[in-house]
Amino acid sequence: MSVSLYIEVLIQGVLSGLVYGLMALGLSVIFGVVRVVNFAHGEFAVLAMYCAFVLFGLAGVDPIIASLPLAVAFFILGYAMQRGMVQPFVTRPQHEQFILLVGVALVITNGLLLAFGPESKHVDLPYSFDSYTVGGALIDKVRVYGAAAALAVTAALFAFFRFTSTGTAIRASADNLTGAAVVGLDVKRLYAISFGLGLACVGAAGSIMMALTDMTPMLAPSLTLLAFTIVIVGGLGSMTGALAGGLLIGVAEAVASLVVSPAIKSMVSFGLLVLVLALRPQGLFGKAES
Amino acid sequence: MMIAKTGLIDRRSLLAGAGATIAAPAIVRAQGKALKIALMLPRSGFFAQAGQSCYRGALATPKVLADLGYAVEIMHIDTESSNDVSRTQAEKAINDGAQCVIGAFESGNTIAIAQVCEQRKVPLICNIASAPQLTGQGYQYLVRNFMTGPGLVTNGLRLIGEISKAANMDLKTAVFMHSNDTFGTAQAQAMGKIFPTLNMPFKIVESIAYDPKAQDLSVEVTKVRGVNPDLLMIVTRAGDAIKLTRDMVRQKFQPKAIMSPGSPGLYDEEFFKAVGPYADGFIYNLPWFNVKSKMTQALEASFKATNPNHRFDLDGFNAGFTFEALLIAADAFKRAGASDGETLMKAIKATNIKDHVMIGGPIVFNEKGDNPNIGSASVQNIGQKPTVVYPADVAVAKPILPFPAWQGRK
Repeated sequence: MSVSLYIEVLIQGVLSGLVYGLMALGLSVIFGVVRVVNFAHGEFAVLAMYCAFVLFGLAGVDPIIASLPLAVAFFILGYAMQRGMVQPFVTRPQHEQFILLVGVALVITNGLLLAFGPESKHVDLPYSFDSYTVGGALIDKVRVYGAAAALAVTAALFAFFRFTSTGTAIRASADNLTGAAVVGLDVKRLYAISFGLGLACVGAAGSIMMALTDMTPMLAPSLTLLAFTIVIVGGLGSMTGALAGGLLIGVAEAVASLVVSPAIKSMVSFGLLVLVLALRPQGLFGKAES
Repeated sequence: MMIAKTGLIDRRSLLAGAGATIAAPAIVRAQGKALKIALMLPRSGFFAQAGQSCYRGALATPKVLADLGYAVEIMHIDTESSNDVSRTQAEKAINDGAQCVIGAFESGNTIAIAQVCEQRKVPLICNIASAPQLTGQGYQYLVRNFMTGPGLVTNGLRLIGEISKAANMDLKTAVFMHSNDTFGTAQAQAMGKIFPTLNMPFKIVESIAYDPKAQDLSVEVTKVRGVNPDLLMIVTRAGDAIKLTRDMVRQKFQPKAIMSPGSPGLYDEEFFKAVGPYADGFIYNLPWFNVKSKMTQALEASFKATNPNHRFDLDGFNAGFTFEALLIAADAFKRAGASDGETLMKAIKATNIKDHVMIGGPIVFNEKGDNPNIGSASVQNIGQKPTVVYPADVAVAKPILPFPAWQGRK
């Protein structure tokens, strides 16, 4: 097998990993700040995919471009959901949070099944079947666009947390909740913004994924599992970890498929998960609890 | 207080009870007229597309059966493509009065149902499921009106050899790609055993198993490109056939032929909708519906009336086998004149239906419960329509080989 094929597979792994990373980033942001694990994460990603599908059907909007308005819409949804539904559960036991979000997941999946049926849906983009030739390597055009969009959204999120006062306040309340409250930060509002940002990530990622793959409502649990694997490998609550975890899983799956067998893709992800849990339980970029 | 209350019988309850007692013989008589069949299909989940296709065939069936003098009462049940759901739903269906079970398109789901039916002594007729173990485990209440995996592979390979010879194709190397689900694995095992015995003109240089639920199959296609075989043999479902096609087009992978030795996916409506003109050129060797049969024509007419938004040529495989399973049950019930499991099963095993929908001889069952008379044909997608291209006696067009170029398709 030629070197260019290995390079091609590596690039494909990186491109897929960037989109995976964006999706997982949402989970990490929500947990890192609000300390609630969003068990409906995959379901929100699939909801975003259906929204992108409808936008494409009604107005011909490319799902990669639709990732921007959908990120905004999902931010509003997340903000409202945190304020109206999740906030009372923030201080409740984790099993109650779990039941709440699993309930939300079931409502989304069954709602989508009722509305769209179980058949898989896809969008026909003019460049769906196109590719770039770089050296001897062939790179899917749709994957390049998707990864570029994911990178742009991720960069915007990092910039928000790094350079805005609200972002700094969110980081402060994530680091020290009591301290943040003492200095007068509106923690509930910051929680709602964080939840909104988490869903904005998943909204954008879902929309991008609509361009890359077909979807059915039943796809959601596997996406939730993928997001969990990534954030646990990268470090739950760490934004850098989510991105690195996404890249690591994407590349590891691709390389293992080529070198060993495509059938072991999932085994590689879960093998990494087990390895990280055994050797570094806080994840590659997570902080060990004192 | 609550206990005392439940023990009371008021006038309303008494009247309802009396009404039910009077009506009971009528209910029994009604049950005697129509066989109550639980049709278990994966109408949601991973196999939903195929399950829905079978379901559309079932919707078209009662009219055709009624015209033939049969009456059936169909309970439509979704297995959700899950073995666990299949098992629990089979239990529930039998508890709800199902006298016969039909299903379940996927081998794993069917095995789960078979265990329940065997325990409850209720006949199970497999419409589509190819895992050899279904009829190899000595089940007494199971028959299969479909080919086994080895049967599909033997016929499929034989047809690949014949069609490539007829088209003067010089195939030296092949890669075999298959999904790693129950069906794909059974096909791969059969391929491993049967291929060396058939003296085929090409050799399999690589066998690749993949997860059909993967987000994409780009790495898998890259791996095939690395080998660059003359022939790509694939065992797919609709979802992975779509991903495979997209990635082959993107990666400009163009072998001399792409053929399936016997699997779904390439003729599914979902496949045609998703890849459009890129669906053309694929060849699959499968049991297929006989367009010349009067019963097929009747089923097609009823299908068009009940499913105006769907094409029979795309659903015909699933619809045809589902129809035949229902026909077998109805025919056995009519001959048996009883619906108890033992009597009905005896009648099912004695089935001999000469006129039916799918290509092949009369529907009969051997001692294992398989129908040995099912035939295969080579079907190629031409002009986005499944077209029988071999053997010549059933073909309606000539095969297009080598595989037409991806570029320039519209």
